Amino acid sequence: MLEIKDLHASVNGNEILNGINLTVNPGEIHAIMGPNGSGKSTLAQVLAGREAYEVTRGEVLFEGKNLLELAPEERAREGVFLAFQYPVEIPGVSNTYFLKTALNAVRKHRGLEELDAMEFLQLVKHRMKLVEMDESLLTRPVNEGFSGGEKKRNEIFHMAVLEPKLAILDETDSGLDIDALRIVADGVNKLRRKDNATIVVTHYQRLLNYIIPDFVHVLVDGRIVKSGSKDLALQLEEKGYDWVREKAVAVPVEAKE
Amino acid sequence: MKSLAEQSVWYQATFETFEKSLNGEAGSEFHALRKKALAKFKELGFPTTRHEEWKFTNVTPIARTPFRPVPVGRSAKINETNLRLPDLTENRLVFVDGHYHASLSKIRRLPDKVIAGSLAEALKRHSAMVQKHLGKYVPFDEHPFVALNTAFARDGAFVWIPDGKGNDEPIHIHFIATGDERDLISPRNLFIVGDRGRLSVIESYYAMRDGAYFTNAVTELIVGEGATVEYDKLQDESLDGYHVSWTHSVQSSRSTVTSNLVALGGSIARSNIHASLGGEGCECTLNGLSLGTRTQLIDNHTTIDHATPRCASHELYKAVLAGKSRGVFNGKIFVRKDAQKTDAKQTNKTLLLSDDAVMDTKPQLEIFADDVKCTHGATIGQLDADQVFYLRSRGLDLTSAQDMLTFAFAADVVNRIHAKGLSERLEAMVHEKLHESRRGS
Repeated sequence: MLEIKDLHASVNGNEILNGINLTVNPGEIHAIMGPNGSGKSTLAQVLAGREAYEVTRGEVLFEGKNLLELAPEERAREGVFLAFQYPVEIPGVSNTYFLKTALNAVRKHRGLEELDAMEFLQLVKHRMKLVEMDESLLTRPVNEGFSGGEKKRNEIFHMAVLEPKLAILDETDSGLDIDALRIVADGVNKLRRKDNATIVVTHYQRLLNYIIPDFVHVLVDGRIVKSGSKDLALQLEEKGYDWVREKAVAVPVEAKE
Repeated sequence: MKSLAEQSVWYQATFETFEKSLNGEAGSEFHALRKKALAKFKELGFPTTRHEEWKFTNVTPIARTPFRPVPVGRSAKINETNLRLPDLTENRLVFVDGHYHASLSKIRRLPDKVIAGSLAEALKRHSAMVQKHLGKYVPFDEHPFVALNTAFARDGAFVWIPDGKGNDEPIHIHFIATGDERDLISPRNLFIVGDRGRLSVIESYYAMRDGAYFTNAVTELIVGEGATVEYDKLQDESLDGYHVSWTHSVQSSRSTVTSNLVALGGSIARSNIHASLGGEGCECTLNGLSLGTRTQLIDNHTTIDHATPRCASHELYKAVLAGKSRGVFNGKIFVRKDAQKTDAKQTNKTLLLSDDAVMDTKPQLEIFADDVKCTHGATIGQLDADQVFYLRSRGLDLTSAQDMLTFAFAADVVNRIHAKGLSERLEAMVHEKLHESRRGS
């Protein structure tokens, strides 16, 4: 589904991604872990099409298409979804109005009929339950005045409505208490299907107790320095990131900090 | 008409012609006021950018044009299909080129004893009541356009709400211009609200066709103790036309006035809103939205005069500027020595949609009391890149994302309007104008 080959990216001339290689197949959950500043969020943003990052080398294929050539909205319509680490507040735009516009743009692209207000409302009510979201958040402006937990829940709610093929969850666990974490993780698990895939970007192992990954990759200084099964996450939790850093002889030292 | 002397000669001659058309009215008290105002106008002349109040707004195109009032009876063929939002309310007054149009006007849902009609008519029927207030508040001594309006004023809307009465169904006043070049239209409106009265009134200015006419309007609003007023104004003049207006409200204690202005039209459009808080515990809210496209210049000046203690004022003016349009905001807040416990808040926000659009903003707070809370803030910026990316990452194309954010920015003001059905209709007009600006500039 997704093939990342030797991906290099920089922002303002600083290279942040240093040659990422990663293949994600349908039905898989991949966790990307790494210390702060390792490039995890950059990878997520580059995949979603953030223009602030310049891809200097490499390629990304999504279902055989060159993802990097597509505008952010085209990626979304093809089925890529980014759950933001810091969901953006949009004053004056109601959550449902935005979501309906987005969903219909996606549906149109996929050759499906646009949903009318009633059909949309039914879908929304059903998907809200997945993340136990309060109905009042539907009519309020997107993320405005939402608590940290509500924002993260809202991201998964958007995901539940848009039904992406590839979801990238960027630090979705940060700022969540243990109950909210469980609810959000349950939501993600319920949305899991044979034909979709998830990349979970996280600093802590905690989320992976609830969303069980098939693969765990450790990102250090813009490269994947170690990959393994879900047990790798536990090892990291125990030994810390310095453990992989020491083992990763290939990492150029001067690129750090 | 380049020189002041030429302009003076032109308006003197024009006034004499106008005077003859008044037959019989020339001896009235109102006419004495007109003559005084003309003399003042000739003395002041049109303002130039050397005047502090007109620093950013060059009115040379208005000053150089020999405008003259539209004679009674010249009125174009007009029917209900020419009206904007004709079905908004059951109460409407229609003025064509400044003259009252009785057959298009209808007042169907007003409580007993409330008067809504033509000022010229009221001058005859309720002379004492009108004369008591007309021209008593708006200072033409310092303001040439107010002087010019007063000199050529003949008609406009008159609304009188007795103590304790009020209208729930808004009164919608249409000022329709034919759109002919050199037409001078001088509406003069007087709204009097008694103690504990309630008024909901909408002024809308628009034209039947594009042209370089000039609307120079004055509205006086007198608000009794404990009264509540919503004053909405839609300025959607021709993009070739000129619009200058002066709205002056005088509040008594514990009264509440909300003014909502939506300015879409005009080649040069200047709106002055002056709120005088003259009793304890008043509240005043001034909201404004300007949408500029092409080479439009939209200027909003506001003054809030806190003269008495424990009054609150809230002000939110927003502008969206596209193409080569220019916007001006000047917000004066006076807090006089006795106005302790004043709570005043002013916000001005501008969204620039093009590199060629320009905004000049100037908050002006003059505070002479020591126990007050006054805040002001102004921002000028472009659409937020994070917001645009967020919307696009969910599937909206760039244009839709920009439009959605721009519209939300503008609708924030429109949604503060309470008059029945108006905010929905204005939302549609704002949408249309933003859409046009995308195509046109």
